[in-house]
Amino acid sequence: MVKLTINKIPVSVEPGTSILEAARKVGITVPSLCYHKDLCIAGNCRVCLVEVKGERTLTASCAVPVYEGMEVFTNTLKVRNARKNVIELLLSEHRCDCLKCEKNGKCELQDLAQEYRVEEKSFIDLSIGKRIDRSSPAIEKDDSKCIRCQRCVRTCAELQDVSALTVARKGEHMFISTFMHKPLADVVCTNCGQCVNRCPTGALVERNYMEEVWEAIDDPKKHVVVQTAPAVRIALGEDLGYDPGERVTGKMVTALKRMGFDKVFDTDFTADLTIMEEGTELLTRLKQALVDKEKVALPMFTSCSPGWIKYIEHEFSNNLDNLSTCKSPQQMFGPLAKTYYAEKAGIDPKDIVCVSVMPCTAKKYEARRPEMKASGFRDVDIVLTTRELAKMIKQGGNDFRHMEEGEFDSLLGKSTGAAVIFGATGGVMEAALRTAYEIVTGHEVPFPNLNIMPVRGMEGVREASIKIEGCVDAWKFLEGVELKVAVAHGLANARKVMKQVAEGTSPYHFVEVMACPGGCLGGGGQPIPTDMETRKKRAMAIYEEDEHMEFRKSHENPEVKLIYDDFLEKPLGHKSHELLHTHYTKRMTK
Amino acid sequence: MVLDRETKLKKLKEHQTKVNMIFQDQDCGQMLDKCLSMSPDEIIAEVTESGLKGRGGAGFPTGLKWKFAAEQKSDVKYVICNADEGEPGTFKDRQILEEQAAKVFAGMAICSRAVNASEGIIYLRGEYNYLRPRLQEELDAFNKKLKEKGFKFSIIIKSGSGAYVCGEETALIESLEGYRGEPRNKPPYPVSHGYMNKPTVVNNVETLVYCAMIIRMGNKEFLQLGTKDSRGAKVFSVSGDADVEGIYELELGMTIREFVDLFGDGDTKAVQVGGSSGHCVPRRDFEKTIIGFEGVPTGGSMMLFNSSRSMYHVLHNYLEFFCEESCGQCTPCRVGSQQLLRGIEAIKKGEKPPEYLNELKKLAETMKVAAKCGLGQSVPNPFLSIVNNFYEEIIF
Repeated sequence: MVKLTINKIPVSVEPGTSILEAARKVGITVPSLCYHKDLCIAGNCRVCLVEVKGERTLTASCAVPVYEGMEVFTNTLKVRNARKNVIELLLSEHRCDCLKCEKNGKCELQDLAQEYRVEEKSFIDLSIGKRIDRSSPAIEKDDSKCIRCQRCVRTCAELQDVSALTVARKGEHMFISTFMHKPLADVVCTNCGQCVNRCPTGALVERNYMEEVWEAIDDPKKHVVVQTAPAVRIALGEDLGYDPGERVTGKMVTALKRMGFDKVFDTDFTADLTIMEEGTELLTRLKQALVDKEKVALPMFTSCSPGWIKYIEHEFSNNLDNLSTCKSPQQMFGPLAKTYYAEKAGIDPKDIVCVSVMPCTAKKYEARRPEMKASGFRDVDIVLTTRELAKMIKQGGNDFRHMEEGEFDSLLGKSTGAAVIFGATGGVMEAALRTAYEIVTGHEVPFPNLNIMPVRGMEGVREASIKIEGCVDAWKFLEGVELKVAVAHGLANARKVMKQVAEGTSPYHFVEVMACPGGCLGGGGQPIPTDMETRKKRAMAIYEEDEHMEFRKSHENPEVKLIYDDFLEKPLGHKSHELLHTHYTKRMTK
Repeated sequence: MVLDRETKLKKLKEHQTKVNMIFQDQDCGQMLDKCLSMSPDEIIAEVTESGLKGRGGAGFPTGLKWKFAAEQKSDVKYVICNADEGEPGTFKDRQILEEQAAKVFAGMAICSRAVNASEGIIYLRGEYNYLRPRLQEELDAFNKKLKEKGFKFSIIIKSGSGAYVCGEETALIESLEGYRGEPRNKPPYPVSHGYMNKPTVVNNVETLVYCAMIIRMGNKEFLQLGTKDSRGAKVFSVSGDADVEGIYELELGMTIREFVDLFGDGDTKAVQVGGSSGHCVPRRDFEKTIIGFEGVPTGGSMMLFNSSRSMYHVLHNYLEFFCEESCGQCTPCRVGSQQLLRGIEAIKKGEKPPEYLNELKKLAETMKVAAKCGLGQSVPNPFLSIVNNFYEEIIF
């Protein structure tokens, strides 16, 4: 252990700890901007400066490790003056548009300016006029608000291994750009929104569609239905005054009803449906491979994460056959709302506005893919993020904390624990195994309380194998087969798994990939901040929710049974193919 | 008393008989033999005792740098010659490379023996690419010689792309590795985590030649020159309103007055010592200002300004340079440089009151202690020294 003092308080920390981390351990907050727990150290904003005895210059506390006997001072006049200057400089190149800004009240620069009592423009205004890239349906990039902390650049490179965003030019002309300065829509961007989640200001935000939703709700001719993804309910509270990891499912449902949605449905329902379709698809592929000896693409990859889909379309376009053809739960919901539900409720599908609330920015892009018109209409009309929903709940003027618990509406509202865990990395895998194993063997997966622990956790790539024993007659050919699966989250990890596939050395049958670290619970549309700590808390909440559900296996969902009896007939049936499955597009690699 | 040009040249010639280490022809084979006859520890001791400090501008003791690198345990170590001579007003490394490249190579080889390095890289300023074919030719011969003598060391040349900041050693290393030339966080320093994360010595062209000469002749001659804090001599690039311009090797420790008498046109009102990142010395301080680490240090650039020059324009020019050449990553340097520039413009135009200069001075003090690397930390040098000494020229 290394002993040092911070503001004369003795501290003892592991060697290699930065001054900033050491200070936080003893309850001393050093302000920071470019620092983010998920990312490597940049040390470029210079807000976290501290004084170290014996040093000529101030020290960036995020970037410098402690040493024995170090004497650190975090709040001297010299430090405060320097920090204040740095904040003033950042503000001078920032287009201060606070009232209208998406990040107003949630902006780290604004918070610091307030804390240091800085005038908006104490130096000469250097901000450029509005320079906003709205080419992407998911992400809005406003260079005039960028403070060059490069969190987005590091996110895109380190967590996602995509590097859509990069530093261009130098000196006063330095800015964050894309390949050849092309619009975001025209480069290899997966729309995952992880950059948005880490941007300290309003330079990167999701495309906001709140007004469109209010307008639809206000239109008496429109029948507005909403679906909410599993990861929304365990994170929404964070933007409404709750601690990370608090579940607000029931209150969320009530809030949506009070906002004026005609029906509040659950994406969990189509998550269960996804399991039925995808599980069957996997078993079919295994049969083709093992019994019919056909050439079939294995491992099969999950297809729920639109960021992942766009990534593989760009980067591994020769392996698109490995993707399950199942649409994501959001895109299964859309066509069902405009066919099955419309029929049952007797509503003309052209009058239905299908809104979804997602932890994800890529879903905004996914909903606009040209092929997503299986119902004959745009299947999903408007996609909101968790953050946008929280804002709308506030706009609605309802006291969220004291709201009663509501229930999802029926037909497309019933769900299971299996669907809930879709929100965590490994969840789709676990849900699929719970169902597929039971279909094949007639009994439950051999894990205590159905909790398939090997696929849970935050390790970047996890693998597991399950020996299939006691098969029912129809699936006898799988007897004794060791089913090998893997789970990857964050696109940098996805690349590792995909490389094996591309090289023909992948040992797996089935792989789950989620574009975002932690899966959907860590999605680009989730409350800010998102880091390892919050991801873990949200994951705990998800597994808690699972344990509290009446049904915990997708095939037990009564509304899923109903829709197969009444409408779809059977998994991979004709109607399923029409409405619930899709195809993929090869895209350029640059 | 103003000397005429002939007298100045004569005096300089006399000086050159006393100080002539850099451009003196040497048998590099003998240098290498001498080096081989010494143990690494002896080499480091010889350089350390000479008191040689880095000639690129920052002035870190060379022997100490070598010692740190030598102490590192690593299978691979690197010696990098910093030939990214980009400081405005500095052009001496170019001449050294043109005339005495083999001595530069020899300095690198000596360093390699001292620290046990196996690879050498010359990071050549992009604008000096025209030198490359000739340098490569000489280098091929030298590498051959190294092999013959049994050195397990060879040198390659890599070209920069024209960014000033790449003269900063960690930015140089980033650039060599193929990344954007941006300074790294320190510590760790290159001596332990440098090129490819391996122990690396980065030395300036001139420093390496002095090392070679110190090993060749022993450090006695070197120690006789200069002052306690500034041992030896140094190559100066003289430009501006000078009667005599060009490249001269001079003993360290002379006053600006002595310097101006040798080079000036009789009307020198200020000398910018150390290029755009250095200090501006006004006429009234010429007598008391020593050129060296105890006074104003310099990487070689000496720019003379006479009374026809506007110091506002001089400063404006430097600040424009920094706005352009800051790598842009850290706030104090990227935005601070722009604010200093726009600030003096606004005062000049009357858009800001003269008192605004005080805000800018405070900002400059912040930049000194808050910027990430030496570039940003030294932008305030010309700013404060010009603003403080030529206040009227700035505000009126």
